[in-house]
Amino acid sequence: MLRLKVNGVERTFDGDSQMPLLWYLRDILGLTGTKYGCGMALCGSCTVHQNGKAVRACVVPMSKAAGSEIRTIEGLSSDGSHPVQKAWMKINVPQCGYCQPGQIMQAAALFSSNHHPTDAQIDEAMAGNLCRCGTYQRIRAAIKDAAGERA
Amino acid sequence: MNEITNVSRRGFLQGVFSAGALVLSVKLVPQSLLAAETGAPGTVDQAAFHPSMWVGIEPDGTVIIVAHRSEMGSGSRTALPLVLADELDADWKRVRIEQAIGDKRYGSQDTDGSHSVRDFYQPMREAGATARLMLVRAAAKEWGVPESECETDLHTVVHKSSGKKADYGKLATAAAQVPVPSKDELKFKPKSAWRYVAKGSPSYDLDTICCGKAGYGMDAQAEGMLFAAVQHPPVLGSKVKSYDDKAPLQVKGVQQVIAIDGFKGAPAFQPLGGVAVVADNTWSAFEGRKKLNATWENSPHSVYNSDEYKKDLQKTARTAGKVSRIKGDVDAEFAKGGKILEADYYAPHLAHVSMEPPVALADVRGDKAVIWTSTQNPQAVQEVVGAQLGIPPENVTCNVALLGGGFGRKSKPDYVAEAAILSKKTGKPVKVTWSREDDIKFGYYHSVAAMYMKASLGADGMPTAWLHRSVFPPIGSTFAEGAQYGDAGELGMGWTDVPYQLANFRAEVGPAVNHVRIGWYRSVANIYHAFAVQSFTDELAHAAGKDPVEYRLALLGDARKITPKDTPGFPESPAGYEYDTARLRRVIELAAEQSGWGKKKLGKGRGLGIAAHRSFLTYVATVVEVEVNNQGEIKIPRVDTVLDAGLVVNPEQTRNQFEGAAVFGTSLARYGEITAKNGVIEQSNFNDYQIARMGDAPYHVNVRVLESDAPPAGVGEPGVPPFAPALCNAIFAATGKRVRELPLSKIDFSAA
Ligand code: FES
Ligand code: FES
Repeated sequence: MLRLKVNGVERTFDGDSQMPLLWYLRDILGLTGTKYGCGMALCGSCTVHQNGKAVRACVVPMSKAAGSEIRTIEGLSSDGSHPVQKAWMKINVPQCGYCQPGQIMQAAALFSSNHHPTDAQIDEAMAGNLCRCGTYQRIRAAIKDAAGERA
Repeated sequence: MNEITNVSRRGFLQGVFSAGALVLSVKLVPQSLLAAETGAPGTVDQAAFHPSMWVGIEPDGTVIIVAHRSEMGSGSRTALPLVLADELDADWKRVRIEQAIGDKRYGSQDTDGSHSVRDFYQPMREAGATARLMLVRAAAKEWGVPESECETDLHTVVHKSSGKKADYGKLATAAAQVPVPSKDELKFKPKSAWRYVAKGSPSYDLDTICCGKAGYGMDAQAEGMLFAAVQHPPVLGSKVKSYDDKAPLQVKGVQQVIAIDGFKGAPAFQPLGGVAVVADNTWSAFEGRKKLNATWENSPHSVYNSDEYKKDLQKTARTAGKVSRIKGDVDAEFAKGGKILEADYYAPHLAHVSMEPPVALADVRGDKAVIWTSTQNPQAVQEVVGAQLGIPPENVTCNVALLGGGFGRKSKPDYVAEAAILSKKTGKPVKVTWSREDDIKFGYYHSVAAMYMKASLGADGMPTAWLHRSVFPPIGSTFAEGAQYGDAGELGMGWTDVPYQLANFRAEVGPAVNHVRIGWYRSVANIYHAFAVQSFTDELAHAAGKDPVEYRLALLGDARKITPKDTPGFPESPAGYEYDTARLRRVIELAAEQSGWGKKKLGKGRGLGIAAHRSFLTYVATVVEVEVNNQGEIKIPRVDTVLDAGLVVNPEQTRNQFEGAAVFGTSLARYGEITAKNGVIEQSNFNDYQIARMGDAPYHVNVRVLESDAPPAGVGEPGVPPFAPALCNAIFAATGKRVRELPLSKIDFSAA
């Protein structure tokens, strides 16, 4: 029996400990905001926070999630009021939107450690998050906007 | 999110749950689906006032507008309701959008070809104006005043002289008694009174997307559902020889192993066939599938090897083909000698790789099926599922979720048919999820193409004759076995519609045999045709020693509208959308100006390139600025795009589309290539089929959307075709290296 915290709620899991956290979140808990895009840590769609750090849920087995605190897009804020979410809405970032929960979680992790990232830092932090619709320019603008609001 | 909601009265789940089921759980019905509220059959029809199938008004004033086209990021789910809301004079904040199920009543719902707004702008206006007139008549009657003295003002009917006012909600019940007016009674708002059209609004789903609550097909859930993964034949058309039906059952969570028959005849939208593993979660299904150990029979397509195939295509492209448009006599002109240029262009297969791979949930009970999926074409879902199950299409309810990208892949519902077959066989709701590997290995690929170009230049450097020949396995081969020639539709995308004023011109097409399923892909044949034509145009300009912008304008010749009447073989455009060279000229001039063309000082290794192309009735010019360093690394600091799409309903969302098209174009130009070896696709995931990441996408894309009163044209696709040739032309300007084959990743640009 594994224990972990998801969005502040204590959870237990007694399935296969090799199951990636992604599928536990989506199929077992029904937290479908975290997306599948590649299953190999190549696209970032599944990005969540583990103890405050951005990780790819598709390659974190439940055995490694055990004992940690997981935050998903559903737990980032209850109402979209996180500064990164607000900036995303203001800049109208999404097209199809499928990659955006992962992008937002990645940006939120960057933002929590660096309130004024440079272009190079943004590129580096966001390099693992693909957007097939091509919203990168707006993502960068939104991260800067969020930084400005904080300033 | 964690509160328990009684959702049983919500129409949108009808069918997914048995009638009357009380559904009380966030876990079973994620908030995401509640938030999306898509696919509510009949809610509009149940509204207090519903003058048409497009709109309903409730007594509390909520205006429900039907979105009948699929939303995959291109914005039609917001744009069309905006048009209706504007004519209705409704308050957008009080509008609820309801996603239509698949239903012939709506006309075509196939969301492809960038024509949602073009085809439905007028019907939406009429639906809004009809409802508004009926509300006005209801109020006039109630107040005992002439209708002509009443007007509307944001969700309210107003009688000026008496100061009487009534909210639409208050009038809904009375309006329902008013006879539906005829079309010629309708009055449309003057442009000056538009609230939303041409001004725009953020996506209706913006907030739910940013909160992770938007409902995509991938997120659909149903009570007692199972999760499936399908092992498809590695080569198109090969049949399974053997597989281990026991080993997968050793994986915890796996419940069943089920074979699926392959397609008969041409593949069309039928399932590929193979073996499915059904489990109680997605991961177990993926893991179980690894244990199938399937072996496969040979298929006629096992001969497919991309290297050899490419040589064959190029050979065919150098051989006389079928003439698809002709003027004058190019051969006579070439025979005169002079300066003759020839070039061979080549562009490989591409895979769509929408971030959300194909996925579908089906619940089949008796002779009825309910589907929840990301589809561009819900009516095709009804037909394909109906055919696979042997039930009439009307018995298939297709709920349309948000699409995590489509790009043409999700017009083809083979994956939905798989879910339906498995639901029937298990007696449970089944969700089929394609892994990224499935998506890349078993797609409907964008066609590979070889193009041969030849022109002779006169003393003034302008072409005296132009011949080009395109060879590609056609989309038609997916639907009719043996189809080998591109059809008028594919050739009309950048091949027969070349707008240059030339005395001698001949466009040809050559035959090619398909070995994979060929399908529509964002902007389709325009991609390779624009690549060849716009690159070759640049070659001619440089050969003539002329500026590529000036040269393009000279090639366009007189400002004129081109129709097949005056230019035989030129594709016919819908009435009002004739090819207008003046509009293409204008976007070229404006893009050049905006980019600083000819003025800007560019350092070493930097260059500007331009390309201009009309597709989906929209005129686009793109200037790319590129930087190539000594190591041959490419950076794209800036892109300038100007477009004339006629009336643009939502300019902000359109800018977003064109910014994205530059990134999409970057992906295909730099990395896009699907290859086959012995019929097996060699790529599998984003490691070996790359798409642009933030750092290698264009840094800044400046999109200018021209204001226009011309009728609305497409915006989802037209940004893509000019991008690759503009980039390659820029690379030539920067390095002197001419790119005639994509992708760029295979070419060494390091300074020799
Ligand atoms: S799904 Fe985890 S990184 Fe792609
Ligand atoms: S918005 Fe569609 S994948 Fe990013």
